[in-house]
Amino acid sequence: MKRLINTSRVKSPWLIHFDCGSCNGCDIEVLACLTPVYDIERFGILNVGNPKHADILVVTGTVNHRNKKALKNVYDQMPEPKVVVAVGACGTTGGIFREAYNVVGGVDKIIPVDAYVSGCAAKPEAIIDGVVIALGKLAEKGKKVDQGIFERLENTQNFIKSR
Amino acid sequence: MARTVIPFGPQHPVLPEPLHLTLTVEDEIVKEAIPKLGYVHRGLEKLAEIRDHTQMIQIVERVCGICSTLHAMCYCQGIEALMNVEVPPRAKFLRVIWAEMHRMHSHLLWLGLFADAFGFESLFMQFWRIRERIMDLQEATSGNRVIVSVNCVGGVKRDIDAEMEKWILDTMKIVEREVLQLKSTIMDDFTVKRRTVGIGVLSKEKAYEMGAAGPTLRASGIAQDMRQTGYAAYSELNFEPVVETDGDCYARTVCRFNEVFQAIDLIREAFAKLPQSELAVKAKGLPNGEVVSRVEQPRGECLYYLKGTGSKYLDRVRIRTPTFANIPPLLEMLPGCDLADVPVLILTIDPCISCTER
Repeated sequence: MKRLINTSRVKSPWLIHFDCGSCNGCDIEVLACLTPVYDIERFGILNVGNPKHADILVVTGTVNHRNKKALKNVYDQMPEPKVVVAVGACGTTGGIFREAYNVVGGVDKIIPVDAYVSGCAAKPEAIIDGVVIALGKLAEKGKKVDQGIFERLENTQNFIKSR
Repeated sequence: MARTVIPFGPQHPVLPEPLHLTLTVEDEIVKEAIPKLGYVHRGLEKLAEIRDHTQMIQIVERVCGICSTLHAMCYCQGIEALMNVEVPPRAKFLRVIWAEMHRMHSHLLWLGLFADAFGFESLFMQFWRIRERIMDLQEATSGNRVIVSVNCVGGVKRDIDAEMEKWILDTMKIVEREVLQLKSTIMDDFTVKRRTVGIGVLSKEKAYEMGAAGPTLRASGIAQDMRQTGYAAYSELNFEPVVETDGDCYARTVCRFNEVFQAIDLIREAFAKLPQSELAVKAKGLPNGEVVSRVEQPRGECLYYLKGTGSKYLDRVRIRTPTFANIPPLLEMLPGCDLADVPVLILTIDPCISCTER
Protein backbone atom coordinates (compact mmCIF):
# COMPACT_ATOMS: atom_id res chain seq x y z
CA MET A 1 0.00 0.00 0.00
CA LYS A 2 2.78 2.39 0.96
CA ARG A 3 4.65 1.67 -2.24
CA LEU A 4 1.54 1.99 -4.38
CA ILE A 5 0.78 5.50 -3.10
CA ASN A 6 4.32 6.66 -3.68
CA THR A 7 4.65 5.11 -7.16
CA SER A 8 1.41 6.60 -8.40
CA ARG A 9 2.34 9.97 -6.97
CA VAL A 10 5.64 10.02 -8.84
CA LYS A 11 4.23 8.53 -12.04
CA SER A 12 1.47 11.09 -12.36
CA PRO A 13 2.43 14.31 -10.58
CA TRP A 14 0.15 17.32 -10.73
CA LEU A 15 1.81 20.67 -10.98
CA ILE A 16 0.73 24.19 -10.27
CA HIS A 17 2.30 27.17 -11.96
CA PHE A 18 2.73 30.43 -10.07
CA ASP A 19 3.94 33.56 -11.82
CA CYS A 20 5.88 35.62 -9.33
CA GLY A 21 7.26 38.63 -11.18
CA SER A 22 8.23 37.08 -14.42
CA CYS A 23 8.38 38.85 -17.78
CA ASN A 24 6.01 36.19 -19.28
CA GLY A 25 8.90 34.62 -21.18
CA CYS A 26 9.15 31.63 -18.85
CA ASP A 27 5.38 31.54 -18.28
CA ILE A 28 4.62 30.93 -21.93
CA GLU A 29 7.37 28.31 -22.04
CA VAL A 30 5.81 26.49 -19.08
CA LEU A 31 2.50 26.55 -20.96
CA ALA A 32 4.27 25.46 -24.16
CA CYS A 33 5.35 22.27 -22.31
CA LEU A 34 1.66 21.30 -22.14
CA THR A 35 0.90 21.89 -25.82
CA PRO A 36 1.21 19.34 -28.65
CA VAL A 37 4.90 19.75 -29.52
CA TYR A 38 6.21 18.89 -26.03
CA ASP A 39 3.00 17.48 -24.56
CA ILE A 40 3.94 16.39 -21.05
CA GLU A 41 0.31 15.47 -20.40
CA ARG A 42 0.96 12.17 -22.14
CA PHE A 43 3.19 11.27 -19.15
CA GLY A 44 0.37 12.07 -16.75
CA ILE A 45 1.75 15.44 -15.69
CA LEU A 46 -1.25 17.71 -15.31
CA ASN A 47 -1.46 21.46 -14.78
CA VAL A 48 -4.02 22.24 -12.09
CA GLY A 49 -5.35 25.55 -10.81
CA ASN A 50 -5.76 24.64 -7.16
CA PRO A 51 -2.67 24.44 -4.91
CA LYS A 52 -4.47 21.88 -2.71
CA HIS A 53 -4.39 19.36 -5.57
CA ALA A 54 -0.76 19.89 -6.57
CA ASP A 55 2.50 18.05 -5.86
CA ILE A 56 4.92 20.30 -7.72
CA LEU A 57 5.06 24.09 -7.54
CA VAL A 58 6.63 25.66 -10.61
CA VAL A 59 7.62 29.26 -9.89
CA THR A 60 8.75 31.67 -12.59
CA GLY A 61 10.21 35.10 -12.05
CA THR A 62 11.68 37.16 -9.25
CA VAL A 63 10.07 37.59 -5.88
CA ASN A 64 9.08 41.14 -4.99
CA HIS A 65 7.79 42.71 -1.82
CA ARG A 66 4.15 42.47 -2.82
CA ASN A 67 3.90 38.93 -4.12
CA LYS A 68 6.10 37.18 -1.54
CA LYS A 69 3.07 36.77 0.73
CA ALA A 70 1.02 35.32 -2.13
CA LEU A 71 3.84 32.87 -2.96
CA LYS A 72 4.17 31.76 0.67
CA ASN A 73 0.41 31.36 0.84
CA VAL A 74 0.28 29.11 -2.25
CA TYR A 75 3.20 27.03 -0.92
CA ASP A 76 1.61 26.60 2.52
CA GLN A 77 -1.67 25.43 0.98
CA MET A 78 -0.01 22.53 -0.82
CA PRO A 79 -0.19 19.17 0.96
CA GLU A 80 2.98 17.21 1.86
CA PRO A 81 5.01 15.86 0.12
CA LYS A 82 5.71 18.83 -2.14
CA VAL A 83 8.61 20.04 -4.25
CA VAL A 84 9.41 23.43 -5.75
CA VAL A 85 11.01 24.10 -9.15
CA ALA A 86 12.42 27.60 -9.72
CA VAL A 87 12.39 28.39 -13.44
CA GLY A 88 14.57 30.89 -15.28
CA ALA A 89 17.45 33.16 -14.33
CA CYS A 90 15.04 35.38 -12.39
CA GLY A 91 13.58 32.51 -10.39
CA THR A 92 16.97 31.15 -9.40
CA THR A 93 18.84 34.34 -8.45
CA GLY A 94 16.86 37.41 -9.43
CA GLY A 95 18.58 37.53 -12.81
CA ILE A 96 18.86 40.81 -14.65
CA PHE A 97 16.52 42.51 -12.17
CA ARG A 98 18.38 41.61 -8.98
CA GLU A 99 19.53 45.21 -8.42
CA ALA A 100 16.08 46.75 -8.89
CA TYR A 101 14.61 48.30 -5.76
CA ASN A 102 11.47 46.18 -5.53
CA VAL A 103 13.13 42.81 -6.05
CA VAL A 104 13.83 40.52 -3.09
CA GLY A 105 15.80 37.98 -5.14
CA GLY A 106 15.38 34.35 -6.11
CA VAL A 107 12.53 32.12 -5.03
CA ASP A 108 14.79 30.38 -2.45
CA LYS A 109 14.76 33.53 -0.29
CA ILE A 110 11.12 32.79 0.59
CA ILE A 111 10.50 29.04 0.21
CA PRO A 112 12.83 26.00 -0.05
CA VAL A 113 13.62 25.12 -3.67
CA ASP A 114 14.38 21.57 -4.87
CA ALA A 115 15.35 22.11 -8.51
CA TYR A 116 16.68 25.10 -10.41
CA VAL A 117 16.21 25.60 -14.15
CA SER A 118 18.53 28.10 -15.80
CA GLY A 119 17.98 30.10 -18.97
CA CYS A 120 16.41 33.38 -19.99
CA ALA A 121 13.86 32.39 -21.06
CA ALA A 122 14.22 28.75 -19.97
CA LYS A 123 13.53 26.36 -22.84
CA PRO A 124 10.66 23.85 -22.54
CA GLU A 125 13.16 20.96 -22.68
CA ALA A 126 15.05 22.45 -19.72
CA ILE A 127 11.82 22.94 -17.74
CA ILE A 128 10.81 19.31 -18.34
CA ASP A 129 14.29 18.25 -17.22
CA GLY A 130 13.95 20.31 -14.05
CA VAL A 131 10.57 18.75 -13.26
CA VAL A 132 12.05 15.25 -13.73
CA ILE A 133 14.86 16.06 -11.27
CA ALA A 134 12.24 17.32 -8.83
CA LEU A 135 10.31 14.05 -9.21
CA GLY A 136 13.27 12.10 -7.74
CA LYS A 137 13.14 14.32 -4.68
CA LEU A 138 9.36 13.95 -4.52
CA ALA A 139 9.78 10.16 -4.26
CA GLU A 140 12.24 10.52 -1.37
CA LYS A 141 10.06 13.00 0.47
CA GLY A 142 7.02 10.84 -0.20
CA LYS A 143 8.61 7.83 1.52
CA LYS A 144 9.31 9.85 4.67
CA VAL A 145 5.82 11.33 4.77
CA ASP A 146 4.14 7.95 4.22
CA GLN A 147 6.30 6.32 6.87
CA GLY A 148 5.18 8.93 9.35
CA ILE A 149 1.53 8.38 8.50
CA PHE A 150 1.64 4.61 8.94
CA GLU A 151 3.67 4.84 12.16
CA ARG A 152 1.21 7.29 13.61
CA LEU A 153 -1.69 5.08 12.55
CA GLU A 154 -0.07 2.08 14.23
CA ASN A 155 0.61 4.05 17.42
CA THR A 156 -3.02 5.16 17.57
CA GLN A 157 -4.27 1.61 17.06
CA ASN A 158 -1.95 0.32 19.82
CA PHE A 159 -3.10 3.10 22.12
CA ILE A 160 -6.77 2.18 21.53
CA LYS A 161 -6.04 -1.52 22.11
CA SER A 162 -4.15 -0.84 25.34
CA ARG A 163 -7.17 1.00 26.74
CA MET B 1 -30.16 39.67 -2.94
CA ALA B 2 -27.30 40.84 -0.80
CA ARG B 3 -24.05 41.75 -2.44
CA THR B 4 -21.15 39.32 -2.31
CA VAL B 5 -17.50 40.16 -2.73
CA ILE B 6 -15.43 37.67 -4.72
CA PRO B 7 -11.66 37.99 -5.01
CA PHE B 8 -10.34 37.10 -8.48
CA GLY B 9 -6.63 36.26 -8.54
CA PRO B 10 -3.71 36.81 -8.04
CA GLN B 11 -3.31 33.08 -8.62
CA HIS B 12 -6.03 32.08 -11.09
CA PRO B 13 -6.13 29.15 -13.53
CA VAL B 14 -7.22 31.27 -16.49
CA LEU B 15 -4.57 33.94 -16.25
CA PRO B 16 -0.92 32.92 -16.27
CA GLU B 17 -0.19 36.25 -14.66
CA PRO B 18 -1.03 37.68 -11.25
CA LEU B 19 -3.85 40.20 -11.65
CA HIS B 20 -6.14 40.79 -8.71
CA LEU B 21 -9.70 41.99 -9.12
CA THR B 22 -12.16 42.50 -6.30
CA LEU B 23 -15.56 41.74 -7.82
CA THR B 24 -18.79 42.75 -6.15
CA VAL B 25 -21.58 40.52 -7.44
CA GLU B 26 -25.34 40.56 -7.02
CA ASP B 27 -26.81 37.16 -7.92
CA GLU B 28 -24.56 36.26 -10.85
CA ILE B 29 -24.18 39.79 -12.17
CA VAL B 30 -21.00 41.78 -11.57
CA LYS B 31 -21.80 45.21 -10.16
CA GLU B 32 -18.37 46.59 -9.44
CA ALA B 33 -14.76 45.67 -10.17
CA ILE B 34 -11.72 47.13 -8.44
CA PRO B 35 -8.27 46.14 -9.73
CA LYS B 36 -5.28 45.76 -7.44
CA LEU B 37 -1.96 45.90 -9.22
CA GLY B 38 1.67 45.64 -8.23
CA TYR B 39 2.30 41.89 -8.09
CA VAL B 40 4.87 42.05 -10.91
CA HIS B 41 6.37 45.45 -10.20
CA ARG B 42 10.15 45.22 -10.33
CA GLY B 43 11.22 48.83 -10.81
CA LEU B 44 12.85 48.55 -14.23
CA GLU B 45 12.79 52.26 -15.04
CA LYS B 46 15.02 52.96 -12.06
CA LEU B 47 17.63 50.52 -13.41
CA ALA B 48 18.51 53.15 -16.06
CA GLU B 49 20.55 54.85 -13.33
CA ILE B 50 22.96 51.94 -12.92
CA ARG B 51 22.98 50.51 -16.46
CA ASP B 52 24.25 52.55 -19.39
CA HIS B 53 22.16 53.24 -22.47
CA THR B 54 23.36 50.20 -24.45
CA GLN B 55 22.90 47.78 -21.53
CA MET B 56 19.35 49.08 -21.10
CA ILE B 57 18.38 47.35 -24.37
CA GLN B 58 18.66 43.97 -22.65
CA ILE B 59 16.61 45.29 -19.71
CA VAL B 60 13.75 46.70 -21.78
CA GLU B 61 13.56 43.45 -23.75
CA ARG B 62 12.63 41.81 -20.47
CA VAL B 63 9.81 44.23 -19.69
CA CYS B 64 7.62 41.65 -21.38
CA GLY B 65 8.65 38.36 -22.91
CA ILE B 66 5.81 38.28 -25.43
CA CYS B 67 6.66 41.57 -27.13
CA SER B 68 10.37 41.71 -26.32
CA THR B 69 11.71 42.76 -29.71
CA LEU B 70 9.14 45.54 -30.02
CA HIS B 71 10.17 47.04 -26.69
CA ALA B 72 13.82 47.00 -27.80
CA MET B 73 12.87 48.46 -31.18
CA CYS B 74 10.96 51.32 -29.55
CA TYR B 75 13.84 52.04 -27.18
CA CYS B 76 16.47 51.91 -29.95
CA GLN B 77 14.43 54.23 -32.16
CA GLY B 78 14.35 56.72 -29.29
CA ILE B 79 18.11 56.52 -28.68
CA GLU B 80 18.79 56.80 -32.43
CA ALA B 81 16.66 59.96 -32.56
CA LEU B 82 18.65 61.41 -29.64
CA MET B 83 22.03 60.58 -31.23
CA ASN B 84 21.01 61.49 -34.81
CA VAL B 85 21.80 58.05 -36.20
CA GLU B 86 20.32 57.05 -39.58
CA VAL B 87 19.52 53.33 -39.59
CA PRO B 88 20.54 51.43 -42.78
CA PRO B 89 17.57 50.41 -45.00
CA ARG B 90 18.17 46.65 -44.66
CA ALA B 91 18.09 46.93 -40.86
CA LYS B 92 14.75 48.75 -41.07
CA PHE B 93 13.20 45.93 -43.13
CA LEU B 94 14.68 43.22 -40.89
CA ARG B 95 13.21 44.98 -37.86
CA VAL B 96 9.78 44.86 -39.53
CA ILE B 97 10.16 41.13 -40.26
CA TRP B 98 11.04 40.28 -36.65
CA ALA B 99 8.33 42.59 -35.31
CA GLU B 100 5.66 40.96 -37.48
CA MET B 101 6.83 37.46 -36.53
CA HIS B 102 6.45 38.55 -32.92
CA ARG B 103 2.97 39.89 -33.61
CA MET B 104 1.94 36.57 -35.17
CA HIS B 105 3.21 34.54 -32.23
CA SER B 106 1.54 36.88 -29.77
CA HIS B 107 -1.83 36.80 -31.54
CA LEU B 108 -1.78 33.00 -31.94
CA LEU B 109 -0.94 32.72 -28.24
CA TRP B 110 -3.85 35.01 -27.41
CA LEU B 111 -6.31 33.14 -29.66
CA GLY B 112 -5.33 29.93 -27.86
CA LEU B 113 -5.64 31.40 -24.36
CA PHE B 114 -8.97 32.97 -25.32
CA ALA B 115 -10.30 29.59 -26.47
CA ASP B 116 -9.12 28.14 -23.16
CA ALA B 117 -10.95 30.92 -21.25
CA PHE B 118 -14.33 29.62 -22.41
CA GLY B 119 -13.27 26.02 -22.01
CA PHE B 120 -12.45 25.05 -25.62
CA GLU B 121 -9.23 23.24 -24.84
CA SER B 122 -8.66 21.48 -28.16
CA LEU B 123 -8.75 24.82 -30.00
CA PHE B 124 -6.15 26.12 -27.51
CA MET B 125 -3.91 23.17 -28.38
CA GLN B 126 -4.38 23.73 -32.12
CA PHE B 127 -3.40 27.40 -32.02
CA TRP B 128 -0.37 26.65 -29.86
CA ARG B 129 0.71 23.90 -32.22
CA ILE B 130 0.75 26.39 -35.10
CA ARG B 131 2.54 28.92 -32.92
CA GLU B 132 5.45 26.51 -32.35
CA ARG B 133 6.38 26.89 -36.03
CA ILE B 134 6.95 30.60 -35.48
CA MET B 135 8.88 29.92 -32.28
CA ASP B 136 11.18 27.67 -34.33
CA LEU B 137 11.74 30.51 -36.82
CA GLN B 138 12.55 32.91 -33.99
CA GLU B 139 15.02 30.48 -32.48
CA ALA B 140 16.71 29.88 -35.85
CA THR B 141 16.99 33.56 -36.75
CA SER B 142 17.84 35.07 -33.38
CA GLY B 143 19.06 32.26 -31.10
CA ASN B 144 16.27 32.44 -28.52
CA ARG B 145 12.69 31.29 -28.67
CA VAL B 146 11.13 34.07 -26.64
CA ILE B 147 13.53 36.95 -25.99
CA VAL B 148 14.41 37.89 -29.58
CA SER B 149 17.44 40.06 -28.96
CA VAL B 150 18.28 41.47 -32.39
CA ASN B 151 18.06 45.24 -32.03
CA CYS B 152 21.00 47.44 -31.23
CA VAL B 153 21.53 51.20 -31.39
CA GLY B 154 22.07 51.93 -35.10
CA GLY B 155 20.56 48.82 -36.64
CA VAL B 156 20.26 45.08 -36.05
CA LYS B 157 22.79 42.50 -34.86
CA ARG B 158 21.88 39.58 -37.10
CA ASP B 159 21.13 39.02 -40.75
CA ILE B 160 18.59 36.74 -42.44
CA ASP B 161 20.29 34.95 -45.36
CA ALA B 162 18.66 33.57 -48.54
CA GLU B 163 18.33 30.03 -47.17
CA MET B 164 16.60 31.25 -44.03
CA GLU B 165 14.39 33.53 -46.12
CA LYS B 166 13.13 30.57 -48.12
CA TRP B 167 12.42 28.63 -44.95
CA ILE B 168 10.50 31.55 -43.43
CA LEU B 169 8.39 32.03 -46.58
CA ASP B 170 7.63 28.30 -46.76
CA THR B 171 6.59 28.29 -43.11
CA MET B 172 4.35 31.31 -43.74
CA LYS B 173 2.49 29.27 -46.38
CA ILE B 174 1.98 26.38 -43.94
CA VAL B 175 0.90 28.72 -41.10
CA GLU B 176 -1.55 30.53 -43.39
CA ARG B 177 -3.14 27.26 -44.47
CA GLU B 178 -3.38 25.89 -40.94
CA VAL B 179 -4.83 29.07 -39.44
CA LEU B 180 -7.42 29.21 -42.25
CA GLN B 181 -8.49 25.69 -41.30
CA LEU B 182 -9.35 26.95 -37.81
CA LYS B 183 -11.23 29.99 -39.12
CA SER B 184 -14.66 28.35 -39.24
CA THR B 185 -14.22 26.98 -35.70
CA ILE B 186 -13.48 30.26 -34.00
CA MET B 187 -15.74 32.45 -36.16
CA ASP B 188 -18.82 30.41 -37.10
CA ASP B 189 -19.17 27.92 -34.26
CA PHE B 190 -22.50 28.33 -32.44
CA THR B 191 -21.09 27.71 -28.96
CA VAL B 192 -18.16 30.07 -29.44
CA LYS B 193 -20.49 32.76 -30.75
CA ARG B 194 -22.77 32.42 -27.73
CA ARG B 195 -19.81 33.26 -25.52
CA THR B 196 -18.49 36.18 -27.57
CA VAL B 197 -21.17 37.97 -29.63
CA GLY B 198 -22.69 40.92 -27.77
CA ILE B 199 -20.55 40.39 -24.64
CA GLY B 200 -18.63 43.35 -23.28
CA VAL B 201 -19.66 45.92 -25.86
CA LEU B 202 -17.43 48.98 -25.96
CA SER B 203 -18.89 51.79 -28.05
CA LYS B 204 -16.76 53.89 -30.38
CA GLU B 205 -17.16 57.03 -28.26
CA LYS B 206 -16.41 55.24 -24.99
CA ALA B 207 -13.33 53.52 -26.45
CA TYR B 208 -11.96 56.88 -27.60
CA GLU B 209 -12.84 58.63 -24.38
CA MET B 210 -11.27 55.94 -22.18
CA GLY B 211 -8.09 55.93 -24.26
CA ALA B 212 -8.15 52.30 -25.39
CA ALA B 213 -5.29 51.08 -27.58
CA GLY B 214 -4.59 48.44 -30.18
CA PRO B 215 -7.14 45.80 -31.21
CA THR B 216 -9.45 46.85 -28.35
CA LEU B 217 -9.71 50.28 -29.98
CA ARG B 218 -9.76 49.07 -33.58
CA ALA B 219 -12.55 46.56 -32.86
CA SER B 220 -14.70 49.53 -31.79
CA GLY B 221 -14.35 51.13 -35.22
CA ILE B 222 -11.46 53.57 -34.82
CA ALA B 223 -8.69 53.06 -37.38
CA GLN B 224 -5.74 54.04 -35.24
CA ASP B 225 -2.50 52.12 -35.57
CA MET B 226 0.97 53.42 -34.79
CA ARG B 227 2.30 51.66 -37.88
CA GLN B 228 0.51 54.38 -39.89
CA THR B 229 3.16 56.82 -38.66
CA GLY B 230 5.63 54.90 -40.82
CA TYR B 231 8.42 54.09 -38.36
CA ALA B 232 11.06 51.54 -39.44
CA ALA B 233 10.11 50.39 -42.97
CA TYR B 234 6.31 50.59 -42.58
CA SER B 235 6.18 53.75 -44.71
CA GLU B 236 7.39 51.70 -47.71
CA LEU B 237 4.94 48.82 -47.20
CA ASN B 238 1.29 48.52 -48.13
CA PHE B 239 -0.53 48.80 -44.88
CA GLU B 240 -4.15 49.30 -43.83
CA PRO B 241 -5.24 48.91 -40.20
CA VAL B 242 -7.69 46.06 -39.53
CA VAL B 243 -10.94 47.59 -38.27
CA GLU B 244 -14.11 46.01 -36.89
CA THR B 245 -17.18 48.01 -35.88
CA ASP B 246 -19.15 46.00 -33.30
CA GLY B 247 -16.89 46.53 -30.29
CA ASP B 248 -17.81 43.22 -28.59
CA CYS B 249 -15.65 40.19 -27.75
CA TYR B 250 -16.34 38.68 -31.17
CA ALA B 251 -15.14 41.81 -32.99
CA ARG B 252 -11.92 41.84 -30.97
CA THR B 253 -11.33 38.17 -31.80
CA VAL B 254 -11.92 38.76 -35.52
CA CYS B 255 -9.65 41.80 -35.43
CA ARG B 256 -6.73 39.82 -33.96
CA PHE B 257 -7.43 36.86 -36.24
CA ASN B 258 -7.21 39.08 -39.32
CA GLU B 259 -4.05 40.74 -38.05
CA VAL B 260 -2.31 37.35 -38.21
CA PHE B 261 -2.92 37.32 -41.98
CA GLN B 262 -1.91 40.96 -42.23
CA ALA B 263 1.40 40.08 -40.52
CA ILE B 264 1.98 37.25 -43.03
CA ASP B 265 1.38 39.66 -45.92
CA LEU B 266 3.72 42.25 -44.41
CA ILE B 267 6.51 39.67 -43.98
CA ARG B 268 6.13 38.57 -47.61
CA GLU B 269 6.18 42.14 -48.85
CA ALA B 270 9.16 43.03 -46.69
CA PHE B 271 11.13 40.10 -48.11
CA ALA B 272 10.18 41.11 -51.66
CA LYS B 273 11.48 44.64 -51.10
CA LEU B 274 14.45 43.72 -48.85
CA PRO B 275 17.36 45.93 -49.96
CA GLN B 276 21.07 45.10 -49.71
CA SER B 277 23.04 47.24 -47.30
CA GLU B 278 25.07 47.03 -44.12
CA LEU B 279 23.27 45.90 -40.96
CA ALA B 280 24.21 48.59 -38.48
CA VAL B 281 26.04 51.89 -38.31
CA LYS B 282 28.26 52.78 -35.41
CA ALA B 283 26.63 55.29 -33.13
CA LYS B 284 28.91 58.13 -32.02
CA GLY B 285 28.41 60.41 -29.06
CA LEU B 286 26.08 60.17 -26.11
CA PRO B 287 22.31 60.64 -25.87
CA ASN B 288 21.36 64.20 -25.04
CA GLY B 289 17.89 65.72 -24.94
CA GLU B 290 14.35 64.40 -24.73
CA VAL B 291 12.45 62.16 -27.11
CA VAL B 292 9.14 60.30 -27.33
CA SER B 293 9.20 57.09 -29.35
CA ARG B 294 6.10 55.09 -30.28
CA VAL B 295 5.56 51.68 -31.86
CA GLU B 296 2.54 49.44 -32.35
CA GLN B 297 2.81 46.34 -30.22
CA PRO B 298 0.47 43.33 -30.61
CA ARG B 299 -1.57 44.81 -27.77
CA GLY B 300 -1.54 48.43 -28.93
CA GLU B 301 0.48 51.57 -28.78
CA CYS B 302 3.65 51.54 -26.71
CA LEU B 303 5.28 54.83 -25.74
CA TYR B 304 8.80 55.45 -24.52
CA TYR B 305 9.90 58.76 -23.10
CA LEU B 306 13.69 59.02 -22.89
CA LYS B 307 15.71 61.83 -21.39
CA GLY B 308 19.49 61.97 -21.72
CA THR B 309 21.84 64.53 -20.19
CA GLY B 310 24.91 63.86 -22.31
CA SER B 311 26.28 61.15 -20.02
CA LYS B 312 26.42 57.38 -20.48
CA TYR B 313 23.40 56.92 -18.26
CA LEU B 314 19.91 58.07 -19.18
CA ASP B 315 18.27 60.50 -16.83
CA ARG B 316 14.77 59.08 -17.21
CA VAL B 317 13.11 56.18 -18.99
CA ARG B 318 9.33 56.22 -18.91
CA ILE B 319 7.41 53.34 -20.45
CA ARG B 320 3.68 53.48 -21.12
CA THR B 321 2.36 50.17 -22.29
CA PRO B 322 -0.91 49.25 -24.09
CA THR B 323 -2.39 47.16 -21.27
CA PHE B 324 -2.17 50.15 -18.95
CA ALA B 325 -4.33 52.05 -21.45
CA ASN B 326 -6.74 49.13 -21.79
CA ILE B 327 -7.54 48.61 -18.10
CA PRO B 328 -10.01 51.58 -17.85
CA PRO B 329 -12.07 50.19 -20.82
CA LEU B 330 -12.02 46.78 -19.09
CA LEU B 331 -13.46 48.30 -15.92
CA GLU B 332 -16.11 49.94 -18.10
CA MET B 333 -17.02 46.55 -19.65
CA LEU B 334 -17.14 44.45 -16.46
CA PRO B 335 -20.16 45.88 -14.54
CA GLY B 336 -23.32 44.19 -15.79
CA CYS B 337 -21.73 41.01 -17.13
CA ASP B 338 -22.15 37.48 -15.81
CA LEU B 339 -19.57 36.15 -13.37
CA ALA B 340 -18.75 33.36 -15.84
CA ASP B 341 -17.86 35.93 -18.51
CA VAL B 342 -15.27 37.69 -16.34
CA PRO B 343 -12.28 35.55 -17.52
CA VAL B 344 -13.38 35.98 -21.16
CA LEU B 345 -13.67 39.74 -20.74
CA ILE B 346 -10.33 40.07 -18.99
CA LEU B 347 -8.61 38.10 -21.74
CA THR B 348 -10.28 40.03 -24.50
CA ILE B 349 -8.09 43.10 -23.85
CA ASP B 350 -5.07 40.74 -24.05
CA PRO B 351 -3.69 41.74 -20.65
CA CYS B 352 0.05 41.80 -20.17
CA ILE B 353 0.53 42.52 -16.50
CA SER B 354 4.32 42.49 -16.55
CA CYS B 355 4.20 45.26 -19.20
CA THR B 356 1.78 47.29 -17.11
CA GLU B 357 3.68 47.05 -13.86
CA ARG B 358 7.23 46.74 -15.18
